Amino acid sequence: MSTVVDRQQLAYIAAQAADARLNVELETEGMTLNIGPQHPATHGTLRIVARLDGEQVVWAEPSAGYMHRGYEKLTEVRTFPQVTTLVNRIDWLGSFANEVPFILAAEKLMEIEAPPRAQWIRTVLFELSRIANVTLFLGDMAVQLGAITPVFYAFRDREHVLNQIEAATGGRFHPNFDRIGGLKEDLPKGWVDETKAVMRKMRNFCDEMETLIVGNEIFAARTRGIGVIPRDVAMQYGLSGANARASGIDWDLRRDQTLPMAWDKIEWKVWTHPDGDSYARYWVRLQEVREATKMVDQLLDGIPSGAIMAKVPRIIKVPEGEAWVSTENPLGEMGYYVVSKGDTGPFRVKIRSASFNNISIASWVLRGTYVPDVITILASLYFILGDIDR
Amino acid sequence: MNPLSSTGETPAAAVAELVHDTRREGLIDQFRSALGDKLVDTHLKPGDDLWLRVRTDAWRETGHAARDLGFDYFGFLSAIDWMPSPYGKGEDDPTEPPPERSTEVKQGYAGGATRFQVFARLHSIATGVGITLKVDVPEPLELESWVPVYAGANWHERETWEMYGITFTGHPDLRHIYLPGDFEGFPLRKDFPLLARMVKPWPGIVDVEPIPAEFDTDGEAEAAPATDEASAT
Repeated sequence: MSTVVDRQQLAYIAAQAADARLNVELETEGMTLNIGPQHPATHGTLRIVARLDGEQVVWAEPSAGYMHRGYEKLTEVRTFPQVTTLVNRIDWLGSFANEVPFILAAEKLMEIEAPPRAQWIRTVLFELSRIANVTLFLGDMAVQLGAITPVFYAFRDREHVLNQIEAATGGRFHPNFDRIGGLKEDLPKGWVDETKAVMRKMRNFCDEMETLIVGNEIFAARTRGIGVIPRDVAMQYGLSGANARASGIDWDLRRDQTLPMAWDKIEWKVWTHPDGDSYARYWVRLQEVREATKMVDQLLDGIPSGAIMAKVPRIIKVPEGEAWVSTENPLGEMGYYVVSKGDTGPFRVKIRSASFNNISIASWVLRGTYVPDVITILASLYFILGDIDR
Repeated sequence: MNPLSSTGETPAAAVAELVHDTRREGLIDQFRSALGDKLVDTHLKPGDDLWLRVRTDAWRETGHAARDLGFDYFGFLSAIDWMPSPYGKGEDDPTEPPPERSTEVKQGYAGGATRFQVFARLHSIATGVGITLKVDVPEPLELESWVPVYAGANWHERETWEMYGITFTGHPDLRHIYLPGDFEGFPLRKDFPLLARMVKPWPGIVDVEPIPAEFDTDGEAEAAPATDEASAT
């Protein structure tokens, strides 16, 4: 804690000192600014209360809860298969990825494992969710900084990925496709080749974004050195996913744990960036989308044949026990702590969503920044409201 | 062979029992030497996961000890109400008197003595091992805050406070995070009724209610023939 406070105070004192002379000339009274609940930069209904001294934020606090749906309570009155419908709607841009850790936790308690084919298809759909989700971020972050065009490119190209998800699962945003023991359906005919073509398009999109945004001087000026999160602070706040990797933490749950998924059977790379600023967070996510398209290509080549469903009882009763499974979701570490009492439904499900931790750092990182940078930082932290409020 | 096993190989749990999990056993020893008798109980699933339960008065000390042992990544903190819900799944017929339900409190892994338990998940990035720490919370439901140990515990403790009514002493800013400020009650407690279910029957009940007798096998039978017959009928 001490290091965090010291650093925070030093940054604040330094900023104060730099502005001291200006403040003497232009004595301002403090002002409280409400950003949201419906500001476009908040991706939903998050409200940021910021106390300003001139253009500088001296205190900021995100206020969540406008979309709290009480999923943890609802899971207690549903059966295990019914829970996937709920968890679809946590991070609604990468829904399939939300289902996987819950299903894996239930399978862990039941001591079953999906057949290899189901594991590979799960991994493909998981990575497609990541691409669909983070693609939108790549366009959206630019729009927060005033560049309108990239978001249309992002929506255009994300549509191809959503079409593939829809073709395989029947749902664009809420597939509800993962089952305890496997998957609902096998892949449709011709899907593999179509998806490979889409992956080529997505790589073009990444190249386009790289030249259009990452190489852009204005973008660099608006993001370099803005919202720096040092490594130790990131760890304390439980930052995960690309936010952690942009702070130089070389940690990826796809690589660093053993799960019955196909990530360990293909060649890929974990991207990190040492800077920890908004630019690094954008850069890491861009590389991750491109890496994910290559992963999908490899996965599609390697899908084994066989069943897509293990033998499970018709009425699923999960044995008594507790299990924690988390995966590397598009937004970061998403996990479920499932407690079962041997019933058809869970006794308690703790949903650990990535955005909740990722945005809880906001009051720390926003202190001492300037108003336009608030938007940059929030956009670069990349949260989905459903993932905060659950 | 486990009838539920999909591949026909030895079930994963059986293999894991044979593996001597020295890494996690070493962790138990490290925590024991750091905390002494304040470490009350442990539960180890070899090759999988580790649960540790500590004394209530040693909660913050445990946080510091865990950080010193390399658990630098704060996952989450929450609570469990171990009392089964007196309302079941909220599917009772409102015209009938409610059925008798057991409200016997029975804790999970690593045991416990109180109805409420706070638990937290920590992870060590360097070693790739995660642990779940548990602590009993006796009346009057007060526990030391972890904010001085892990700054990220702030929001998690606020959530736990409003959902379970557990006060975290030393928390800098214990305010509501999701619910309106004047909300009464603690929604995630098991004796807090899910009112949506009380006023309107759950339509999903059709999925689970009419179980033909021959399929209601308590999860013992193989599924393949059952599904075929089910789709034929």
